[in-house]
Formats: sequence, C-alpha cells, structure tokens
Amino acid sequence: MVENGIGASLRRKEDNRFLTGKGNYTDDINRPGQTYAYLLRSPHAHANINSMDISAAKSAAGVVAVFVGQDLVADAVGGLVCGASVTGKGGEVNKTPPRNVLTMDKVRFVGDPIAVVIAETLAQAKDGAELIAVDYGELPSVVSTSAADKPGAPQLHEECPDNVALDWELGDKAAVDAAFAAAAKTASVDLINNRMVTNPMEPRAAVGEYNSGTDEITLYMTSQNPHVHRLVMSAFMNIAPEHKFRVVAPDVGGGFGSKIFTYNEEAICAWAAKKINRPVKWTADRSEAFLSDAHGRDHVTKAEMAMDADGKFLAMRVSSHANMGAYLQLFSVSIPTLFHGFLLAGQYTTPAIYLESRSVMTNTAPVDAARGAGRPEATYLLERLVDVSALEMGLDPAEIRRRNFIKADQMPYQTPVVQCYDSGDYDASLDKALANADYDGFAARRDEAKGRGKLRGIGLSAYIEACGVAPSAAVGSLGVGVGLWESAQVRFNPTGGVTVFTGTHSHGQGHETAFAQLVTERLGVPVENVEVVHGDTDKGQFGMGTYGSRSLPVGGVAIANACDKIIAKGKKIAAHSLEAAEDDIDFAEGNFTVAGTDKTMNIAEVAFTAYVPHNYPEGVEPGLDEIAFFDPLNFSFPAGAHVCEIEIDPATGTLEIVNYTAVDDFGVLVNPMIVEGQVHGGLAHGIGQALLEGCVYDEDSGQLTTGSFQDYCMPRADNLPSFNVDYAPTVPIHNPLGVKGCGEAGAIAAPPAVINAIVNALGIKHLDMPATSEKVWRAAQAAG
Amino acid sequence: MPTVSMTVNGQAVSGEVEDRTLLVQFLRENLNLTGTHVGCDTSQCGACVVHVDGDSMKSCTMLALQANGADVTTIEGLAKGGEMHPMQQAFMDNHGLQCGFCTPGMVMSAIDLVAKNPNPDEATIRSELEGNICRCTGYHNIVKAVQQAAKNMGG
Repeated sequence: MVENGIGASLRRKEDNRFLTGKGNYTDDINRPGQTYAYLLRSPHAHANINSMDISAAKSAAGVVAVFVGQDLVADAVGGLVCGASVTGKGGEVNKTPPRNVLTMDKVRFVGDPIAVVIAETLAQAKDGAELIAVDYGELPSVVSTSAADKPGAPQLHEECPDNVALDWELGDKAAVDAAFAAAAKTASVDLINNRMVTNPMEPRAAVGEYNSGTDEITLYMTSQNPHVHRLVMSAFMNIAPEHKFRVVAPDVGGGFGSKIFTYNEEAICAWAAKKINRPVKWTADRSEAFLSDAHGRDHVTKAEMAMDADGKFLAMRVSSHANMGAYLQLFSVSIPTLFHGFLLAGQYTTPAIYLESRSVMTNTAPVDAARGAGRPEATYLLERLVDVSALEMGLDPAEIRRRNFIKADQMPYQTPVVQCYDSGDYDASLDKALANADYDGFAARRDEAKGRGKLRGIGLSAYIEACGVAPSAAVGSLGVGVGLWESAQVRFNPTGGVTVFTGTHSHGQGHETAFAQLVTERLGVPVENVEVVHGDTDKGQFGMGTYGSRSLPVGGVAIANACDKIIAKGKKIAAHSLEAAEDDIDFAEGNFTVAGTDKTMNIAEVAFTAYVPHNYPEGVEPGLDEIAFFDPLNFSFPAGAHVCEIEIDPATGTLEIVNYTAVDDFGVLVNPMIVEGQVHGGLAHGIGQALLEGCVYDEDSGQLTTGSFQDYCMPRADNLPSFNVDYAPTVPIHNPLGVKGCGEAGAIAAPPAVINAIVNALGIKHLDMPATSEKVWRAAQAAG
Repeated sequence: MPTVSMTVNGQAVSGEVEDRTLLVQFLRENLNLTGTHVGCDTSQCGACVVHVDGDSMKSCTMLALQANGADVTTIEGLAKGGEMHPMQQAFMDNHGLQCGFCTPGMVMSAIDLVAKNPNPDEATIRSELEGNICRCTGYHNIVKAVQQAAKNMGG
C-alpha cells in the first residue's frame, strides 16, 4: 500500500505558510510605483445621473487620474457579461440588460460604481473622490423580491418589462394539476429563502500592472477561476488578448462563489494600469464588499405536495420569485432555474413536478451563485414541504421520508426533472443518522427539557446535491456559456520530483495536499515530492476553476488521467531499459517491473531516462510531462441525512443547537480530515442562514441596512456546536475515482434541518429564516 | 509626519506615520509584516489581532501612534528557531484552518485566551473567540486546536 495516498488524513502542505504569516494574498502584493484606486459609488438605490463634475478631483493632491464610464467606452472596453442564456416560457431567452464597467446614465443600486479615482495613496484617492460633484435625480426604487413584478413597480431596465428577466417553467403542469385534483391529501407552505451575503473573510482585491516593453498586463486578483477571469476580460471586455494577459490568483481567503464572477473593480485595475502605465491597486473594505459583492439566495416561494392516503408523494408544485438584483451577474438566471429546478425531486420518487420561477430585477446588488447555488433553495423548500406533509398526514418525518425514498436498487434513477442520479442509498444514510442522533431517545430528552422549562425539538433533512456540473455539451444546450471540463498537467522533473498543474483553484479546500495524495496513490511518488500549482495563467494550462464542488470529482480525475498517461509512457521507457516487451511491464507503487521477475525500475529512474535519453526506445519522445482534459459523463450526486436537535428558552427566544448529526455520502474520501472540515464549514454556512444571517434592504429608501459585520450577523464560535459527522458512502458509476463533491453539502442540508427542529419544538407549521431570538420568542409566545 | 517607535517581534522599529495611520497599516505597509490581515472595518472580525504588551489587540482599532513604545508581537514572531508555537502546531494538527485568512488573528487571540484561561473548557473557548470570525471551518476544529494547545502549553 502506498503511504500518504488516498484515505490518509495527511496534515496540509499549505498550513505552514498560513500559520506563520507567510501566506501571499492579493492585498499583500505591492508593485513598484503602485497607485491606489478608489471607487465612487452611488448613495442612491435608483437615480438618474444628471451631471458629474470631476475637475476638482482631477487636480486634488496626489490624484493621478479620474475615470468615468465614458473613458472605458471610448477605449472600447466592453461591459460586464452574463454567461447564462436560459430559455423560458414561450421559448423566450432571458433578457440581459447591458452593464457598463462604470455606470454612466442611471444608477440602479446603492453601491453602483460611477467613477474611479487613482492616486498616490489610498487616502488621497478617497479625498479626491469626495470632490466629485454628482447631480442625481432620484427615482423610486424597488427591492422586494415578491413585489418587483407587480403593476406600478419602479422599472429598472427598458429591456426587462415588469422587471422580469426570465419567466421559466419546468415539468408537466397539466399532469401535476391533475394529480393535485385527485390527491387524497395535500400540503402547502409559503417560505422565504433569505438573502445572504457570501462574506469570505478576505475582501476582494486586485493589483493591475502593465509592462510597456512587452505590452503585457498582469492582474493579481482574488479569484476562484483565474483562466475564466482572463477569458471574460479578454473576449468580452477587450482588456487585452489572452496571450498578452496574465491573471494570478495567489492565496485566496475564501470564495464561496463570490469570487467566481468578473466584477467592475478588477477589470478597472487591469485597464487603468495600462492607461496610466503604473500599477493600480484596489482592495475592498468590508463595507464595500457588502455593497458590491454578488449576494446569494433571495427566493420567495410557494410549495405544495399532493399525496395519496398513505402519504406517498404524487406530485409537487412550486412557484417562486428569485431576486436577481440590479444586473444579471455571471450565472444569475441559471441559479433559480437549472441549479434549482433540477434538484426538486430530492431523494424521492415524486413522479410529477412542476416549477415556475420568475427572475426579477430589483434595486439591489446582483445576486448569483453562493455556496450551493440553487441547490440549498431547492432542498430547503422540499425538506420543509416534506415536514409539513408529515404533519398533514400525521406521520413521523422519518417515516414519510422512508415511504417516498428512491431505493438503492432503483439506481441509476431518472427523475422527472432532468437529472439521472447514478448512485445513492438514502435509507442507509437516514438509518445511520437516526442511530447516531439517538432519534428514538428524543421523546425522553424532550420531556426532560420540558422539566427545565425548555422546548426541545428535532428536525431532519434528507438532501441531494448535484455538483461537478457536466458534461459540457449538456450544460451548453441548457444555456450555460462555457464548457465544464477540467485539466491537469503532471510534470516529472529530471530528478524525480513532480509538479502538478491543476486548472482548479484552491481558496481553502486544501488541493495542494489532497491532489498530491492522488498523485502519490497513482504514481507511488512520496507525497513530499509532489507540488501542486494553481492560480496563475502563465504557469498552468487553461482550467475552469473551483466552484460547485467540482475540483475533486472533475479536476481530480483529470490529474489521475494525466498520471495514467505518464505510466503508459513510462512502460515504454522501462521496457526498453529492462529489455522486455512493453506488455510484460507491470506498474505498482512507483515501480515498473517485468512481470514474473525481480527486474524493476523506479519511476524516478524512468523520469531521468526520459530527460537523458541516451539509451532510449525508438519513436518515443523524450521528457515525462503529460496533460489531460476530463469532461465528465454526468454530475456527481452527493447526498445524506442530517439531524438537528435544539433547545429553546421560551422566555427569551434564545436557542441552542444541542446536537447536530450529519451522515453524508461522498463516495471515496481522499483526505478524510479535509472532507470533515468541509462538512463543518458548510454546516456553519447553513446554520448561519437558518439562525443568524439575513441581508436586508430598506423597502422605502433601498439602502442596505445590513452593511457591516455589526448589522449582518455572521456565525461566531459561540453560535455553533461541535458537530457529529459520519459517512454512508456509495459508489458513483460515472466517476472513475469514485469520489463525490463535499464542499456545499452542509450549506444545503442544514437550513431545513434547523428550521424543522425549531417548528418541531414550537409545535408550529413554519417559521421563516433567519430564526433569530426575537422571531423565535414571538413564535413561542404566540404558540403559548 | 510624526515618528513612531516600538518593538515588533523583538526588534526595535520606527517610522513616519500620519496621525490617522492604524497600527495594522504600520505593520503591513511600513514593516511589510503582511501576516496580519484586515477582514472588516468595524472591529468585528479579528483577522488583525496582534499582541500589544502581552494582550491581544485588534490592530485595526488602534492608531500606530498609540503603540509608541509598546512591545508588539505578530504572527510572524511566534515561531522560534524554526519551530512553531504550540498553538500554531495545534491548528495544523487539528485542521483548524482552511483559507488561512482569519488564521493569524485567530491564533493570536487563542494564545491570549490560553494565557488567561490555562484550562479552558469548550464553552469558554467558544465564548472567548467571539471576536474572531472564521467563514471556513465552522470553528469545530479551531476549538479542538485550542484544547490541544492548552494542554501542550502546560495548562
């Protein structure tokens, strides 16, 4: 067996630099002659720009340049792009209003940038921006998801009548309506999936630099996908041709989706660096991040279930409004449609499902993918609806789930909403979760808590996730503007060390360690001799980056495939050196061996031979350096069952999670320590959404009222419990490594588990997220 | 501009700063000690925590001039002779970090926590780390790391 290969909880290679202050984040980078950019942003939610006077700012102390939208347009810089073209009702594709890098005529949300001031110091840039005189003609605004398409609502874009960007449906409405008409029992719930601010701890930042000698632009930036950023800024924004444009995403302090997209500020740094021929640096402060990062979720939904007399699901009907914000960001309308609707079967055999989803424009920051992206919204409405259905039927929530589960022997399973699940055993994960959580002992614990004046509740969530989005042809046909394959290059150095270039990007996921373990497992090279490189378009081949839990299920397979090419070539070289036929060469644990003999050659020796080919097979190229691109045949379908147990003090509304049990199916675990960490982090995100986090815009003024960590409640250590994490793996038939994604599961599973526990404790039907102490207290008082 | 002098990680340093220069800016920009991070602008996140005269301090909430004459320790000053501080080692052993951005502040706060509570239970650790936000780990492994470090630090 290979040491430190697949299955080892190896400590992370990246930790030494992070723990000793030697990380290299974008804001840590400073270039000679650097200037500082500051964005002037709209203080209004909706206003015409009647006039803008930048003359005083231009002559302010230390100011190097002031640019407005017209300056970029004059330089033929294109606007920000939406990568989704999703076909809705009547064959109509989403309407995508244009967006300039700097807004020129009409601002549409608080924070919409209208000018950039570049100065010798940040303080001077800020001081200069204060001298820009803007005459705004204020307009009425709309921020409400459910009210944006109502008659009389203020209109954001000519291109989107009634503020509707896309009116989409999925499924057979007539069949679903017929099933409801004939149903023995129905259940219904109205719910809000609260808007979240993604909030990685590192705010976005960028440093643009231009080399006039080579006419090349380098952009250091906080990115989850540097090649994609370069592609978008090159192909659509005309910043520079790809071969003259280097994007570097160094250490990145978390992403969770918000660092996928191409934003105004990074493009400005790249463009302006050439314009003024000096490096330009921009770093968001947290208030700016709240205003300008893409937000997540924000659905208002009605969900209904039709059942037979035994509680068997016959049909589900969902109607939803999704807030897109003021402009369509990169994935935008694909989130509440493709990434949401396709998950609505969940773990159940519900034969008929109908979803209609309206994507509406509002005077708020753009909304896009955030940890889970559409799948948390689908899971939340479904798992809430299942609990309400159990209530209607008088069934235990575990029992109604079991009656409706897709069974393990039904895999692969074609759902009525496009997806074909390739693996899963939902009974097994639920049984294990219930056992680990001592579900049977809950009644006694509830009674004991009651004696202490506490209300104790328990809630389940049985979720499915679809990650590693693929294959490229399928996502293309649905309207996603890119291919979703991944790449890897495995390069032996002449002395036997291995450099692995991955097209994915690590911003906390530990790829430098887990991917090295893959190579160690495959090639038998000691893990300390494997270095994983990512995040620099000048170093590695094109790759699609990291989001949607795709890195291991897609990028990992590309690495394994490149390793297999190395082995195939190595066999030719070893066969020649060992004077044997190629077919007689076996490879295991780093050694090429002539079958049935003790004649052997280590892979490091083969690498050396490949680079010093004095005694070398005819027709074989020198060198040992292989590249592979992998386009999966299907999504990856992680799943699991979570159980949340809480206690409420009805006198104060304070709530404690007394036990949280997760049982997940992630297939093979490459580094169990890292996987468990991903589960913990996902749970914190999901519990944060359920209990604490909610992004609020003022309905009248359109101001962001939760614009800092003082107003937007991030989960702290004392808001969370320690978690009880376990696994119930199955084998995915489409993934050659047997792996599934794990990064989003917790964020998907936790919100319904937590809310189901709260409504169980309070004996009510529903409570909207975030279930703050005040909300819980009011509900407890009302419930008596 | 006024001059500020202090000891940082055992070395005497001084520099010219504006009145409004924050300690974290002095550390990052004047001294190039970029291990100390800035994650917010409201003294909430704790990514900037350093030790000033032995106490953990949010360096975004203190002017550089207020630290004149002080003894400051940053994340770069913890490892001695190539060997990590027990708290750093415990974070590594327990996977108490993912993206690493909150980590320096978290480690500095945790060291002060253990100095003041040599045998902290889980509730104490969670409560004392309330001023440090981590978005990646869910705190589970951070709590484990602090417990291990407290043992190894002789609590």
